Amino acid sequence: MSAASQVQQRVAQIHRLANGMVLVGEPTRAVQSAALTLMVPCGYTTDPPDRLGLSSLLCDMILRGAGARDSRALINDLEILGVERGESVGASHTSFSAATVASNLDEGLAIYADIVRAPHFPEDQLDAGKLVCLQELRGVEDEPSQKLMVALRDRAYPSPWGRSSHGGEQGINDSRRADVTTQWSQGYRPNGAILGVAGNFDWQAIVDRVEAVFSDWKMVDATPTVELPSSTSDPHTSFDSNQCHIGIAFPSVPYRNPEYLRAWAAVGVLSGGMSSRLFTEVREKRGLCYTVSASLQTQRDRAQVLCYAGTSAERAQETLDVTHAEVVRLGAGVETGELNRLKARIKSGLIMQQESTSARSAAIARDWYHLGRVRPLEEVGGLVDDLTAEDINSYLADHPPGDFTFATLGPQPLDLPREIS
Amino acid sequence: MKFRSQTLDNGLEVVAECNDAAHSLGVGFFVRTGARDETDEVAGVSHFLEHMVFKGTPRRSADDVNREFDELGAHYNAFTSEENTVYYAAVLPEYQEPCVDLIADIMRPSLREGDFEMEKKVILEEIQMYADQPPFGMDEKIKELHFGEHPLARSVLGSLESVGSLSAAQMQSYFDSRYSPGNMFVGAAGRIDFDALVRQVEQLCGDWSPQSLVREVPAADSQPNFQCVHRASATQQYCLQLADAPASESDDRYAAKLLATVFGDDSGSRLYWELVDSGLTESASLGHYEYLGAGMFFSWLSCDPDEAHANLGRMVDLQAKVERDGFTAEELRQAQSKLKARVVLGSERPRNRLFNVGGNWMQRREYRSVADDLETVDQVTLDDIHRVLAKFPLTRHTTITIGPLEQWPDTP
Repeated sequence: MSAASQVQQRVAQIHRLANGMVLVGEPTRAVQSAALTLMVPCGYTTDPPDRLGLSSLLCDMILRGAGARDSRALINDLEILGVERGESVGASHTSFSAATVASNLDEGLAIYADIVRAPHFPEDQLDAGKLVCLQELRGVEDEPSQKLMVALRDRAYPSPWGRSSHGGEQGINDSRRADVTTQWSQGYRPNGAILGVAGNFDWQAIVDRVEAVFSDWKMVDATPTVELPSSTSDPHTSFDSNQCHIGIAFPSVPYRNPEYLRAWAAVGVLSGGMSSRLFTEVREKRGLCYTVSASLQTQRDRAQVLCYAGTSAERAQETLDVTHAEVVRLGAGVETGELNRLKARIKSGLIMQQESTSARSAAIARDWYHLGRVRPLEEVGGLVDDLTAEDINSYLADHPPGDFTFATLGPQPLDLPREIS
Repeated sequence: MKFRSQTLDNGLEVVAECNDAAHSLGVGFFVRTGARDETDEVAGVSHFLEHMVFKGTPRRSADDVNREFDELGAHYNAFTSEENTVYYAAVLPEYQEPCVDLIADIMRPSLREGDFEMEKKVILEEIQMYADQPPFGMDEKIKELHFGEHPLARSVLGSLESVGSLSAAQMQSYFDSRYSPGNMFVGAAGRIDFDALVRQVEQLCGDWSPQSLVREVPAADSQPNFQCVHRASATQQYCLQLADAPASESDDRYAAKLLATVFGDDSGSRLYWELVDSGLTESASLGHYEYLGAGMFFSWLSCDPDEAHANLGRMVDLQAKVERDGFTAEELRQAQSKLKARVVLGSERPRNRLFNVGGNWMQRREYRSVADDLETVDQVTLDDIHRVLAKFPLTRHTTITIGPLEQWPDTP
């Protein structure tokens, strides 16, 4: 059976507020829960260069009281509503996600409107907020694979697109309350904000609720991002560990590019499932690693494939060489059998995504950001059905993996492969 | 949703929660074996065997197994704990038959010598990977310190030495003694055709020969303890704490879960407000883990090394305070709302239900619906929680700390 015919025909609804905020919703009666994803255009790329980590600090401070609730009442009330929440700061947006039983959606939504629009930023909690951010920075220092990927992104993307969302110690320490409020007033704005809602709710009712709590939110002009060359730091970070951590990145195409699906499928052949190339060649045939993977990480206007492998120091050179060779070999094309397995995985992934309202609310909000519309799962299924090995191979012929960026972290540096042109 | 179960003549049970409204299904083999069933000579064999199960059978090579799972678009994996080894796959309903064929087949692995030696390298990498990450192996070390010789104190991963010297013959012998039909069962959830499932399991597993097997479940005799481990290369200081808690047979386990939520959930709990919201620690939490014959309250704290001593003191003060003064009704209500919402959200995916159905069957041979769980969470009272706390005081704990501190100030 084709992928397109199996996904439910749920249709996303769109509502644009006069102030530029967009509500995208995918109602269904098949579940008992509802989830929202609220994206505001305040990503780490908007941090002033001398305040790296400001958006992250703001994201912490914003939960310390809003509207009629102080810090404690805010968190407690969300918990009484059973809200499973999460916040994350990405390149272009800060995202708030919340999922709960459907009957509590309205109340939860009202609290989130207060959070983004009427935060208190209590002066006496600024030091605590900074400490939380500094603790997170320190925590990354003890996670070698995370530390490596921070270094890889920094080297692979032009600045500020490769920054770490956590920022830096100096930037956080130097931030004052005025910096936090300025960042908030510029980045937490309706133009550029997207609210995705999925689950068991009534569309017209949610439109009315959203208009009621967001329609008088005032627009603010966006500040353009200044792009600078990527970091030219040493590819190796010396680290006292048993294992050596290896990162390889190469440019790809972003989500909204018509060739994205082909690029993404090619990466799926490299690293999706246990019959994928990296898993087979690096782990199964040679036993070099426990973890080896690659994924296409997309921003709106640029994307990179990021590969990771972690292995004991004495086998690190071989692991780097074999992983790199597999990435290069991908340029020679994929086989139909590989593509068929990938299609099966994509198909079940699409259908299983419908089983999680959190996943759907995030996916439809993300779709709007990248595409300016929400692609129904049925349409994605159809595109997957139509994909052929020839399509992927023609993409790979035009865009063979190359222009690599490397990063390594461990007891000693490795010999990096030289590109053959 | 409908619960169905059937037992084959050789003792292999098949249990399922059938939900015709689901989009997918989850199916798995649940084996009652883990680190607690090992001896020193074969430490780590349960986990290594879990890897080897994917390495092929008389009918399939290792490549075939990986390829076929991927052809079904399966989301599949396996995990090993102190007392269980679980293999599972989530697929679309149309793939129930080939998926069961594959997962049942790999339950009788060939354990070929060449595959064994290759996979050993992967396991040794896995051990080294965990040794490099917080808490740098101390999560296993603390069980040993607290429970001494008790089987639950055994390491799941094993050591570089024990895994390094393991032979394929030793693994085969362990397999023969543990993977018998009476010591495992098939669990399923979602859009399952139960009659077809039973027919197929009968055909594929009906000739597995039964064996009598008794698992020792000695009472845990814990001893509070303290240890400070120096790790110069770490940035943060990590403190782990272990206290006794209700076991999986105990009706008090729900009260224990609520206690852990009120006291140490990662948001809105006592530890959260005192230590996390204030920025004093990177993290501070309490969880409840249940095993046959013993339970564990597991606390975790990470922070700047200079502040570690004071922060651990604050955590212990909070424990003492709650043992003295108890919790409030409002705190309980909040934790109940949170837990019930988690139950509802988690229940929407068949693969989550699979772990719930399988877990209950594994521990107690019982089926509990989502409604049962919601009702039980609602019925827990403050008295129940306070009774559990009196019986299993958090202040009676073992602590291990690891990080840049060479010495713990005023070591108890």
